Amino acid sequence: MMEKQYTDVLIIGAGPAGLAAATNLFESGFKITILDEFPHPGGRLLGQFHEESDGSWWIGRQVASELVEMTKQPNISLQCGVSVYGLKQISEGWEVLSSVGTIETKYLLLATGAAEIPVPLEGWTLPGVMSIGAAQVLTNVHMVKPGDRGIIVGVNVLGLAISRELAVAGVDLAGIVLSPNNLFSGENANPVEAINLLMSLSHLAPSAWMRLGGSLAQKMKMGKWVSTFFPRQGMNVWDIPLLLKTTISSIQGKKSVESVVLADVNSSGQIIAGSEREEKVDFVALAGGLYPLAELAAVAGCSFLYLPELGGNIPLHNEQMKTPLSNLYVAGNITGVEGAQVAMAQGKLAARSIGNDAGLLKNGREKIAEAMDEVHQVRKTATIQFHPGIIAARKRVYEMYDSLQKESLTS
Amino acid sequence: MSKLRIVNHPLIKKGEQKRISFTFNGESLEGLEGEPIAAALLAHGIRILRRHEESGSNRGLYCAIGHCMECRVDVQGKGQVRACLTPIVEGMEVVEGKQLENKITGREAP
Ligand SMILES: Cc1cc2nc3c(=O)[nH]c(=O)nc-3n(C[C@H](O)[C@H](O)[C@H](O)COP(=O)(O)OP(=O)(O)OC[C@H]3O[C@@H](n4cnc5c(N)ncnc54)[C@H](O)[C@@H]3O)c2cc1C
Ligand code: FES
Repeated sequence: MMEKQYTDVLIIGAGPAGLAAATNLFESGFKITILDEFPHPGGRLLGQFHEESDGSWWIGRQVASELVEMTKQPNISLQCGVSVYGLKQISEGWEVLSSVGTIETKYLLLATGAAEIPVPLEGWTLPGVMSIGAAQVLTNVHMVKPGDRGIIVGVNVLGLAISRELAVAGVDLAGIVLSPNNLFSGENANPVEAINLLMSLSHLAPSAWMRLGGSLAQKMKMGKWVSTFFPRQGMNVWDIPLLLKTTISSIQGKKSVESVVLADVNSSGQIIAGSEREEKVDFVALAGGLYPLAELAAVAGCSFLYLPELGGNIPLHNEQMKTPLSNLYVAGNITGVEGAQVAMAQGKLAARSIGNDAGLLKNGREKIAEAMDEVHQVRKTATIQFHPGIIAARKRVYEMYDSLQKESLTS
Repeated sequence: MSKLRIVNHPLIKKGEQKRISFTFNGESLEGLEGEPIAAALLAHGIRILRRHEESGSNRGLYCAIGHCMECRVDVQGKGQVRACLTPIVEGMEVVEGKQLENKITGREAP
């Protein structure tokens, strides 16, 4: 049996949210433990970079190493390669089950981030088929190309951002095509929806991908019209053909991926008979979008809300990042899918909430209000936004929290 | 150097990593210290990490960040691990995830 460990604050996830929380809490004097199952700290920051509107590059790996540097404090223990698989509420806080044994903590912060929505289609279990995030991590974190030549499936914010990153690294791409039109696809398979999404986000996104969406939109005003006039052979952006009228119908190969079958679609996303053709690739990156990785909150017994704008099911929480369960807090993408800068601001806010609840924060109310304001500001100016309806959806979550709290007080 | 390794990335610089050796299915391979098994194998063009326990079909990595469990391999002394999260160390012995027997249908292991 491994010996039980004790800590004051346990943070699960060393992504931008978890790391920012720790660096904003160490002055409290609390013993802080951060656990992460990835071998290196930084979470999904490690693989991301994007161009800011002023043309400079924001490089996640650098931001991560700065944050990690700030966690080098005698009262912070950062442990990587450790998985958490269970939680139990106890009278004095939480008991956490991990691959290095049980840890008891007074305060618990869940900062587990997001995961990718799978895109099932014929042939998708072949080696060489991976999520777009996997292509990102291989290329930008491990610096191994996902293959000699690949294709991106799914027109959405993450897919486009990562296509650009792959191109920068010199990965050869046959193009970006629509998600397969099957039982699982929903709106993603529809060219009009894909264009509408690009247009709705074009004003915030920095890269030429999004500018492309925006300028098309300005020229043509309506999604439907764009889809009618968008060239069938696609448009090249960063030397990658963006094929908004092409879908994938299957992935082929004996031992691993050898090719994909592509087909043209009409404006409602239906395959045009006879348009099928084979394209040689050795990897396929599926971009299905992100959802909050919230299993641990469910294990803890937290109630959930379903909000598509935030990526799906999220644990109920208030604007101060508190869940209805005592001493349990959430920050980052577990509360809804957004960019890393928002996650960092949320981590800082959660840290202040914990500090205040512990009675250790001077001018607690003001400090919390200030951190909430910072989250708003960062959200408003974020260069990457995953959904246009985030602000309104967030508001609904907080209202729901307040009304449920009131109900439980009166009942 | 394998052709899939990215050596001159215009924006990302990674520190020097020591070259070490490990084995996969008994074959001796070179990798970079600290990189996960799945990345070290991919650098050699090896994508098949596992045979499906029931059907025996080939499986490789899917998410690369520990979420999907598709990349299970066996490491001597450690048992089953996720190849995308487990860093290679000098002398590590890795074996692909295997098709298993099925006691209910009577199908034997290959
Ligand atoms: C594959 C992928 C790619 C992304 N790429 C981009 C991008 O290019 N640009 C962008 O703006 N946003 C991107 N995002 C969104 C991303 O979630 C945010 O940018 C940001 O990283 C969220 O920060 P976080 O701290 O909430 O979570 P993360 O950065 O995801 O960090 C969470 C950490 O928790 C750890 N963890 C989770 N569960 C456990 C457990 N049970 N036990 C131990 N550790 C655990 C994980 O290993 C991870 O390191 C991406 C997300 C994903 C999933
Ligand atoms: S590839 Fe998904 S867990 Fe390893």
